[in-house]
Amino acid sequence: MIRVENIIKSFDSKMVLKGITTEFQKGQTNLIIGRSGSGKTVLLKSIVGLHEVDQGEIYYDDRNFTRMKMKERKRLRQEMGMVFQGGALFDSLTVAENVRFPMDMFTNQTAKEKEERVAYCLDRVNIKPEAFRLSPAEISGGMQKRVAIARAIVLNPKYLFCDEPNSGLDPETSLVIDSLIHDLTVDLNMTTIINTHDMNSVMEIGDKILFISEGEMGWIGSKSEILHAKNKKLEEFVFANRQYKEMRDARIENGS
Amino acid sequence: MHFFYHAGRYFSLLTKVFSKPERHKVYVKRLFSEIDALGVNTVGLVVIISIFMGGIITLQVAYNMQNPFLPSYLIGLGNRDTLILEFSSTILGLILAGKIGSNITSEIGSMRVTEQIDSLEIMGVNPASYLILPKIVAVVFIFPFLYVISVFFGLIGGLLVGPGVGAITAAEYLNGVQYLFNPHYVGFSMVKSLVFGFLVSSIPAYFGYFVEGGAFEVGAASTRAVVTTNILILIWDLILTQLLM
Repeated sequence: MIRVENIIKSFDSKMVLKGITTEFQKGQTNLIIGRSGSGKTVLLKSIVGLHEVDQGEIYYDDRNFTRMKMKERKRLRQEMGMVFQGGALFDSLTVAENVRFPMDMFTNQTAKEKEERVAYCLDRVNIKPEAFRLSPAEISGGMQKRVAIARAIVLNPKYLFCDEPNSGLDPETSLVIDSLIHDLTVDLNMTTIINTHDMNSVMEIGDKILFISEGEMGWIGSKSEILHAKNKKLEEFVFANRQYKEMRDARIENGS
Repeated sequence: MHFFYHAGRYFSLLTKVFSKPERHKVYVKRLFSEIDALGVNTVGLVVIISIFMGGIITLQVAYNMQNPFLPSYLIGLGNRDTLILEFSSTILGLILAGKIGSNITSEIGSMRVTEQIDSLEIMGVNPASYLILPKIVAVVFIFPFLYVISVFFGLIGGLLVGPGVGAITAAEYLNGVQYLFNPHYVGFSMVKSLVFGFLVSSIPAYFGYFVEGGAFEVGAASTRAVVTTNILILIWDLILTQLLM
């Protein structure tokens, strides 16, 4: 479980996060949604420590991340996995080497054990062995995202963070990535936080949804509640996609 | 103020670079690959430049010494001392700041803008140390070798061109190359090449590490890194010459 309390973050004189307080539960896919520039990426990067918050506290299972020393943070980070927007795979390494990298850095496993683990994780994200020796530039965007997920889970993390995992992907591949993240979250009992503005993801895997608007918490709920939420800004965001407006209208008509 | 801001951030980065590595084995592997990428792959360029510059220096000295009272073996001596004292250390440093320096800035800068450095940080790896330390060690290690190679091929260039155009005989040239040799010059230039190696690797790494934006900014950072490295090489050349000669 991850808990954030009254997080405030400014860049120069612009306050981007204006006191966010919430909890992200274990075994659930927690989604942070909002328009571009609403502060969701800053919130995610603040939670993982890529941005230092100006005020507020972040707890990882009651361990205060904001007050940790660098060494303690490094240790905690070995319990985290993160999938970046562009995949952030290392260009100089092959697919298999990218996934093996965290093990090379932090475990004393034998080469065979590492090889088996790499094969397992890549199989888990449906990457065929023929692709193991390819470089990231030689595989598609969807495959890069899946390799990034494999790398993120290779050390069995307790916490998984995904920054816009579907950006630049077609709707079909996006669905594959979404269900993959959701299944892994449940199977490995991770606390997963996903930053997205993809409404399809919201409706597919949003166990808990946090809507951020102009750096403030706009709404909290689940995918079953979001179509009926009484929040003007959230409605503007959700029903910008006509499909969901029609879905809501149909439900109202049917009285469900 | 701008200077102090960059100086402070540069030294703060260096403290991270020289902190204890997470896994020595991985760093050693990276060190060898950097020696290959940044050092061994540079040897060809150094050889070509040095042969031509050795030949050109020999010709320049010969054209400016057409005085019957000056012994012609001084042409070989002039080429040798120019190579040992300035060309193979300072001028080569300036040239390699362009090749190696821009390579380092663009590689690290691209990793920054594609979030690969953030990715290392999230894994609990010290990105400054993991990415920059092997590069600095590799370049500082390889620079004295490149210096020796440059002097050697510069002298060969003089030997090919001087007698080739009839400016000096091979025997006179070789006599001049050995005449009044001062080993201290080599030691002095070795020290310079170590310092220049450090500058050529650490300054571009700094510019790459803190780049913000996209491809355009990475290109601009590369240019800034090369210019800054060149200026610092000249400043340190002046300081070291005053201190060590």
